[in-house]
Amino acid sequence: METITDILNIQEIRADFPILDQEINGKKLVYFDNAATTQKPTPVINAIAHYYNFDNANIHRGIHTLAERATRDFEASRTAIRDFLGASSTEEIIFTSGTTQGINLVASTYGRKFINAGDEIIISGMEHHSNIVPWQMLCEEKGIVLKVIPVSDEGELDLEAFEKLLSEKVKLVSFNHVSNSLGTINPVKTIVDLAHKFGAKVLVDGAQATSHINIDVQALDVDFYVFSAHKLYGPTGMGVLYGKKDILNAMPPYMGGGEMIKEVTFEKTTYNELPYKFEAGTPNIADVVALKTALEYTDKLGRENIAAHENMLLNYATDQLREIEGLRIIGNAKNKISVLSFVIDGIHHQDIGVLLDNQGIAVRTGHHCTQPLMQRFNILGTSRASFAVYNTTEEIDRLVAGLHKTIKMLK
Amino acid sequence: MIMTINETQDEIIEEFELFDDWADKYEYIIDLGKKLEGMPEEQKTEDNIIKGCQSRVWLNARKENEKLVFEADSEAIIVKGLVHMLIRVLSGHTPQEIYDADLYFIDKIGMSQHLAQTRSNGLASMVKQMKIYALAYQ
Repeated sequence: METITDILNIQEIRADFPILDQEINGKKLVYFDNAATTQKPTPVINAIAHYYNFDNANIHRGIHTLAERATRDFEASRTAIRDFLGASSTEEIIFTSGTTQGINLVASTYGRKFINAGDEIIISGMEHHSNIVPWQMLCEEKGIVLKVIPVSDEGELDLEAFEKLLSEKVKLVSFNHVSNSLGTINPVKTIVDLAHKFGAKVLVDGAQATSHINIDVQALDVDFYVFSAHKLYGPTGMGVLYGKKDILNAMPPYMGGGEMIKEVTFEKTTYNELPYKFEAGTPNIADVVALKTALEYTDKLGRENIAAHENMLLNYATDQLREIEGLRIIGNAKNKISVLSFVIDGIHHQDIGVLLDNQGIAVRTGHHCTQPLMQRFNILGTSRASFAVYNTTEEIDRLVAGLHKTIKMLK
Repeated sequence: MIMTINETQDEIIEEFELFDDWADKYEYIIDLGKKLEGMPEEQKTEDNIIKGCQSRVWLNARKENEKLVFEADSEAIIVKGLVHMLIRVLSGHTPQEIYDADLYFIDKIGMSQHLAQTRSNGLASMVKQMKIYALAYQ
């Protein structure tokens, strides 16, 4: 039974996700791996098919009708994303292959040009490897110092320690809006304001945030914001880099090629305007178009309604899991999205994953690409259940029963 | 008389035919995992770790009277049960026999999903490492 406060009709929503209606190992699928990727609703799947069935052409330079139609839909998506992020201009919306590419783009262009030997970059102790390694590579190349904001036992960033790390030497602060392993929602505006006091730019990894939280890049005053479409009910292989216009203009291009140029001679090439300067090559047109459909889908449901439903699921699951003997939740921040990471005494997470899968329940097990964070908590990894709008309390009951059976089998 | 590799495989297949559902099967594997003696801590070295497993798996081999004897351990109990079966099938045979072995029992007992080339399951890596030991000791 859904609670009466739930405005959304979850059964109707589930009907939009055909993948959910199947059996795994003879049991009805329970999909709790949404932090890795969300499933795609029929309108998104149809948008991709529609594009290839009716509108496919290469964008921007074609003079024929299909090229015009493809270009119109591609740029309409950019406008929709501008509105979704609260950006001031479509010139600030750069299409990428995903969050990882967005971070690498900033490291390779802004980082290489504006951060130098002896300067410092600050990241946090709860970053995904994709927000650690690009900075390490840059630091190694240029002799930059990497510093890390510590994480508390509850799984929150230690802001006092962060303030002590800040100085004029710090040129960039990069951290996630929401932790993929812990579910913690970080206080973006507070961190941005502190960093800006020292003239440092701020990049926020929004991969885990965009499907749960309303984003307003201008209100948050972030310099860069990156996210992936596939965690937002959209297609894989496509993402967005938002950057403030003056900063993007000052940055050198990332990749060279078609589309990103104004004029090419063998003596000299001049670069295209924003945002095309950063979009060399034929982009992932179909998936860009389909991301707009994904945004329309979540808008129609109401982003506050989605958040309320997921919050209900998180509270319900947290209460249920706390009752299980020997189970410890990793990540108890006051502000959390619907991610539940846990360990069970004396049981390896891989065994939990295998036995839950045999009961039709998909969770993620391992270090979640956050090995330093696992070391911080002195664990090898966790089991992680993450909820999306189409999940139900009945499914959480299945997880709880599944865990009881799993523990009984292993003990 | 020591059983051949295929005789042991057929014996395991017969044992698994007794199980009606997945839980019985896995309880048996978990039990095998608990019964595997494991390795002393000092032998669980970086050199003995099998790469490609979500859980750490250690595997060691030594030659006794022209036969290879395997020892293994894992922090995950199902993996340990699976490796126990591999040891039961392969340990005590000549390197040539081990290298040539066709391990059909894994598929027949319905465990072939553990051979999938994902990072989460390392059975394929274990089989590969056992064959590498066999090659090295030939």
